[in-house]
Amino acid sequence: MNWTLFRRRLADRIALVCAALATAFGLFFLAWILWTTFANGAAAISPRLFTEMTPPPGADGGLLNAFYGSAVMIVLAIAIGTPIGLAAGTYLAEQGRHTRLASAVRFVNDILLSAPSIVLGLFIYELVVVPSGHFSGYAGSLALALILVPVVVRTSDEALRLVPDRMREAAFALGLPRWKVSLQVLYKAARSGVITGVLLGVARISGETAPLLFTALNNQFWSADMNAPLANVPVVIFQYAMSPYDQWHALAWAGALILTVFVLVLSLLVRLVARGRHS
Amino acid sequence: MITTDTRPHFGTDAAQGLAAAPIKIDVRHLDFHYGQTQALHGVNLAIPALAVTAIIGPSGCGKSTLLRTLNRIYALYPEQRAEGEILVDGHNILARGTDLADLRRRVGMVFQKPTPFASTIRANIGFALSFYEKLSKSELADRIEDALRQAALWDEVKDKLDQSALSLSGGQQQRLCIARTIAVRPEIVLFDEPTSALDPISTARIEELLQELRGRYTIVIVTHNMQQAARVSDKTAFFHLGELVEFDETSRIFTSPAVSRTQDYITGRYG
Repeated sequence: MNWTLFRRRLADRIALVCAALATAFGLFFLAWILWTTFANGAAAISPRLFTEMTPPPGADGGLLNAFYGSAVMIVLAIAIGTPIGLAAGTYLAEQGRHTRLASAVRFVNDILLSAPSIVLGLFIYELVVVPSGHFSGYAGSLALALILVPVVVRTSDEALRLVPDRMREAAFALGLPRWKVSLQVLYKAARSGVITGVLLGVARISGETAPLLFTALNNQFWSADMNAPLANVPVVIFQYAMSPYDQWHALAWAGALILTVFVLVLSLLVRLVARGRHS
Repeated sequence: MITTDTRPHFGTDAAQGLAAAPIKIDVRHLDFHYGQTQALHGVNLAIPALAVTAIIGPSGCGKSTLLRTLNRIYALYPEQRAEGEILVDGHNILARGTDLADLRRRVGMVFQKPTPFASTIRANIGFALSFYEKLSKSELADRIEDALRQAALWDEVKDKLDQSALSLSGGQQQRLCIARTIAVRPEIVLFDEPTSALDPISTARIEELLQELRGRYTIVIVTHNMQQAARVSDKTAFFHLGELVEFDETSRIFTSPAVSRTQDYITGRYG
């Protein structure tokens, strides 16, 4: 065989093997993490998980109050963060499109997007928790909303900029004012992109622990009072996993599993929505 | 009489059958700039009311640019600007403080590619309509039917008004866009190469439609298809390199143009 050809084939094989090994290395740990979560979590899953409160040490219990608290805080965070994010994204993509202010806002938004979530939590702690004198579900929602906003700003800005100019022109050519064009034509055309952004943001905030630690704190008992410390899944996992009690460990695994499945379902939903956009 | 004069040539009054027709749009000394690039140079053009005026010329000659000044859709882009005057019914629409929404309601536009909105057929036509006029449900339905009938689309879509407009064929989408435009009862309708993205059968339908709309609206159509201009229009303007070269009765432009550049273009020597 020709020597040059042999050398090329050899290099090709070596590169291929290295790439495959690197992929296998990454996937191995991902599979391991998922496997551990599923194995430990599945063992701890029982109907009581969804019917009972977080127990004191040594007793059996569930995570109902934590699920409830997380759900309420996430829903409120979506309710606060989505309109703000969408409005800012609309400004960037439409009104401010050609302005310097828009580039500045986009840059600041990117910083916010990559800001450590603990910093955002600290901000809300200083802004809300310290003046009010107590931890609360509201503070937790605000912290989560603050993480959600830049994600929605970015994705709605991009989704709106993907709407072809001729669509915009066609709407303006009917003599419609800008707000009507955005509301009736552009949001409809960009809808799946915006929904994708919100879902991705929700997937991101549903596992956030750091910003909740010193805003919503936690609550061992049933409480639906948003103005008081509120139980939530990530902080419960954090506290129970660090504890020396077996029942708490089991509950932490169960919480971790439910959270993982939730994010997985959200990701599938994102793919479904995104596929709808192309068909 | 073919001249090589570079000034635009307008048909003599005696030759103009429509000389008595009132002027709907009077373009005066119009310059247009895309940033640093000048696309129109001192255009003067008087477009008659309730007739079809075609604008022809090779690619990049400024014909679409001219059309885009007539409803000021170019104003969406801050780097584009027009200087001069465009009088619509005697009012200069390039003047500061012109109500663009009102202007665009009176001057409708149909684009090169069909641009249906991502909603139902009914909503595509209805939503601008119900924004402008307080209509009862049945009045709205009547107006939508009327617009679809005028656009020769009613029979094809009457049973699926609540289906997505995106499910229609390209030709149907373009007729939907025409219906949407005339539903708000404009005085002027601008067509920017409305058939260049369509197959021959759809093109023929749109041309028939133009014939039916003639006399009801002042129509300005940009086309690079000379046969189309000859078939559908009353008057034709020939543009070249951002200048109006000749403007006359369509029959004269295509049989005995006065300027040699027009003659060269219509006989296919360039463009």
